[in-house]
Amino acid sequence: MTQQGVRWTAEQVLALAPDAASRKAGSKLAAAGPWSGAGSSDEGTVWGLCKGSGSKPYQTIIDVADSTGPAYKCGCPSRKFPCKHALGLLLLWAGDDAAVPTGQAPDWAQQWLSGRRTRAAERTTRTDAASGATSADPEAARRRAERRADRITAGAAELEQRLTDLFRGGLAAAEQAGYGLWEETAARMVDAQAPGLAARVRELGAIPGSGPGWPVRLLEECALLHLLDQGWLRRDHLPDGLAATVRSRIGLPGSPDSPPVRDRWLTLAQYDTSDAHLTTRRIWLHGTESGRTALLLSYGAAGRAPELSLPVGLAFEAKVSAHPGAGQLRAALGERFTAPEPTAVRPPGITPSEAAARYGAALQDDPWLDSVPVTLTRVVPCPDGDSWQLADADGDLALPLTPSARSRPGLWRLMALSGGTPVTVFGECGHRGFTPLTAWADEPQGVRGPAGQAVTLW
Amino acid sequence: MTSTSGTSSATAATSGLSWEELVTTALLGTDRRTPAGPVPGREAPVTLLDAAAAETVRRRAGIRPVRAVARPEPVAPDRRAMLPPAARRRLTTLLADRPGTGGGRRGTAPDLMELLPQWLALANAHGYAAPPEVLPALLDAARGRTDLRPAVLAFAGARALWLARLNTDWRFALRAAPGGGAALPGPDDPERVQRLWREGLFAERVALLTAIRARDAASARELLSATWSTERAEDRLMFLDTLRTGLEAADEPFLEAALADRSRNVRATAAELLSALPNSALAGRMAKRATACVAVDRPGGTSTAAGTPTLVVEAPPECDPGMERDGVLPKAPAGRGERSWWLGQLVEAAPLGAWSRRFGGRTPQEIVALPVADDWQGELHGAWCRAAVRQRDPEWSRALLGAPSIPEAGGPGAVSLAERAKLLATLGGGDRAEWVAGFIATHGLSEAFQLLGVCAVPWAPPLGRAVVDALNIARDAGSYPWSFSGVMGLAERCLDPAEAVRLQPLTATPEDMEDSAPGAGGYWAEAFQRLATTLRLRAAMRGELEPPGAAPPEAA
Repeated sequence: MTQQGVRWTAEQVLALAPDAASRKAGSKLAAAGPWSGAGSSDEGTVWGLCKGSGSKPYQTIIDVADSTGPAYKCGCPSRKFPCKHALGLLLLWAGDDAAVPTGQAPDWAQQWLSGRRTRAAERTTRTDAASGATSADPEAARRRAERRADRITAGAAELEQRLTDLFRGGLAAAEQAGYGLWEETAARMVDAQAPGLAARVRELGAIPGSGPGWPVRLLEECALLHLLDQGWLRRDHLPDGLAATVRSRIGLPGSPDSPPVRDRWLTLAQYDTSDAHLTTRRIWLHGTESGRTALLLSYGAAGRAPELSLPVGLAFEAKVSAHPGAGQLRAALGERFTAPEPTAVRPPGITPSEAAARYGAALQDDPWLDSVPVTLTRVVPCPDGDSWQLADADGDLALPLTPSARSRPGLWRLMALSGGTPVTVFGECGHRGFTPLTAWADEPQGVRGPAGQAVTLW
Repeated sequence: MTSTSGTSSATAATSGLSWEELVTTALLGTDRRTPAGPVPGREAPVTLLDAAAAETVRRRAGIRPVRAVARPEPVAPDRRAMLPPAARRRLTTLLADRPGTGGGRRGTAPDLMELLPQWLALANAHGYAAPPEVLPALLDAARGRTDLRPAVLAFAGARALWLARLNTDWRFALRAAPGGGAALPGPDDPERVQRLWREGLFAERVALLTAIRARDAASARELLSATWSTERAEDRLMFLDTLRTGLEAADEPFLEAALADRSRNVRATAAELLSALPNSALAGRMAKRATACVAVDRPGGTSTAAGTPTLVVEAPPECDPGMERDGVLPKAPAGRGERSWWLGQLVEAAPLGAWSRRFGGRTPQEIVALPVADDWQGELHGAWCRAAVRQRDPEWSRALLGAPSIPEAGGPGAVSLAERAKLLATLGGGDRAEWVAGFIATHGLSEAFQLLGVCAVPWAPPLGRAVVDALNIARDAGSYPWSFSGVMGLAERCLDPAEAVRLQPLTATPEDMEDSAPGAGGYWAEAFQRLATTLRLRAAMRGELEPPGAAPPEAA
């Protein structure tokens, strides 16, 4: 593996930043000026000393090849994570600058690294032991699970009662009830230890104010919530796969139950969604040998970027284990064997018609699915009045983009990349339309240097 | 996304209720409207929810693609070379530095956005194509900063115009590019030239005329003469302006005719252009008028103490119709004597060569050195400055500038700093840098900002050294660096990156001196660190844009 191959691109580094201000501050530190003693190792470690306002420089070190995502350590007092020094050093390193030569880590960096690696190794052995054997006190664990199941059952029954009352009086009356009613119901579901139900209920509150057509949307979401309640109340009569899906939709913690798959995983997309308390990061992977698609979730408390971060468009070798549930794509990232490197592999693409059919088929396993991950090949993004669509370059059918995708700056990056010619687009296809996340140019654009790089659209 | 309607489906998983009926019932409530097909033992709302759940999943499972709209016309492929990967990454970091979070002390970090113009100039000099996915960020940057637009649009190429037609935020790109980026017809296509000239929009016609004038001055003049009498006055003014480029003696008859134009602005512009042709009839008429107003007293100048030759000025007594026809504005602005106003205009429009003939073969140097009687010096020298700039006469410019070390060079003298900056612009790059370096060595930096602005980038070594030395002196004098933030910013952008080495000793924080402002030493060290860092960054930028094994280009 060459050192060149491991270097990330500036976009990939900037994607680690917790917010725009950090991005800006990090860019400013991406020059050799304030840095001394900077270096990197073939194992994906980058270190350097950054001159701050004090007399003693900050020791900054990053382990980009860590199995749980890049790990950072910096002597600065910043509460941001990663801090601007870590971002700046990574940008300097990404710039392939002679300022970060390959070398031997200094002692202060070596100490932190070996400490981390030892702990990581211990963790691995621990989890291996845990998955092989039973937990310390199986009886106590079973009793805890039973108590929780009873709580959820009570919560689901209460929710059913509320839905029944709502539909007796009609949705038109519910419009006046407003947010408060749903907020209170959501709080009751949190008490019932059913976070999946709580989140769905909270979203219901926003529908009456969401513009024309809201009664249809409210009816759909209430009906699906009712379906989930019923699924929980009758989970013993469901086939195993569907029962597992219901449990995970209710919000019971799942743990990967299938044997880990070792593969070269291409990172297709990484994007964050935030609410007041939490940032959720979704990362889509494509197994270049197994052809499987996997979804990794990672969370960060407000103000912190989630810990796991993978550079889009690069591939790395690792073990990934799927969570239980029929058609379940969620997975956990296990041990990583290589640092991310460029790859020529693209996920095999399908047409807009096939993508729509794929979503329909996926609903059999999980009726609550909003969308499925899809790679479209040879599509042309086109404006269509106020909306947009991805049109099949070789046919006359198209997928409309979701309303939220229309207002994101990524849409213009997609248009710029295409310029009216066909592109390959990875994204999520569902009942609201298609959300593009990453694109590759299909056709050479003028005198191209490197092969078409992945362009993130989030 | 279209959904299958309830009627087309044979999978009647519902209790025979259509979706529309379900929605209506849900809105009104089951108390008011009983849903059809009650199920024994289940409450009406639950029956409704059961049916709606099945129907919702069925509708979603049946989504189908929509009919494709007309595809946009594909953009023509860009034939330019792709950016080297390191330069592509650099561009991303420069564009990530969005203004808005600034304010307060600048610290030691370089101002990345300020380096974008240089980066673009270099990339354009190499003839690289912009990576398509960066175009939105580039267009956004150019939208907020008009000074970036020409370089951004050149770099972004046809694909940017293709995008701008789809996004109203970037409409400026279409305004800047005539015909929305359609290529202008070349000299090999006279028919298209004629058609565009006759039928094009005003902006397209100006662009066409400008392009032709740059290639072949005579054809542009012929094109304009053919339709001159039918153009509107404000259009005539813009068209006339295009003749500034490549102005030649052959333009005289056309311009002489324009002196009789109906529009006063057209007349004035024609006169101005003619006066820049030293052999034109108008220039001759102006020379005669101007030289009649100035004379050397005691000619022959046997220099005794009492008989120093002196210039005596007799301002014109009236503004006659002939003067007016030649572009002299008769009405003086408020607060100016009208006779001195006329004199200024005559001297400004007279070819400078006339003065040596008038004053017995004296050189410009000697003429400028002559004392002027009765406080006319400011008026006379000011007019000569404007003439030297208009006629781009370096010899006169140098004479009027004088030595940079003389006390009045620092102002206020007969020639203002703004005028000096314009005079400097007529000199060659080396002479310019040398003069400004001498000026800074004598007068320091506080007056030098305007003069530095006209020097070629990167600054020549003597000028760079003078600026760094002057900053160093200012630091030792105990002031704060932000008094020099303008010059510092210029230095970051214009100093030769090779100077970074010489800055090294200045980046250390010195002890506070007895008489310096508290903490100033630290701020100065910070400012010099930022300067050194920025220079290194510019050197790196330049290196990243080098194609493998190529000679460096001539660019900023």
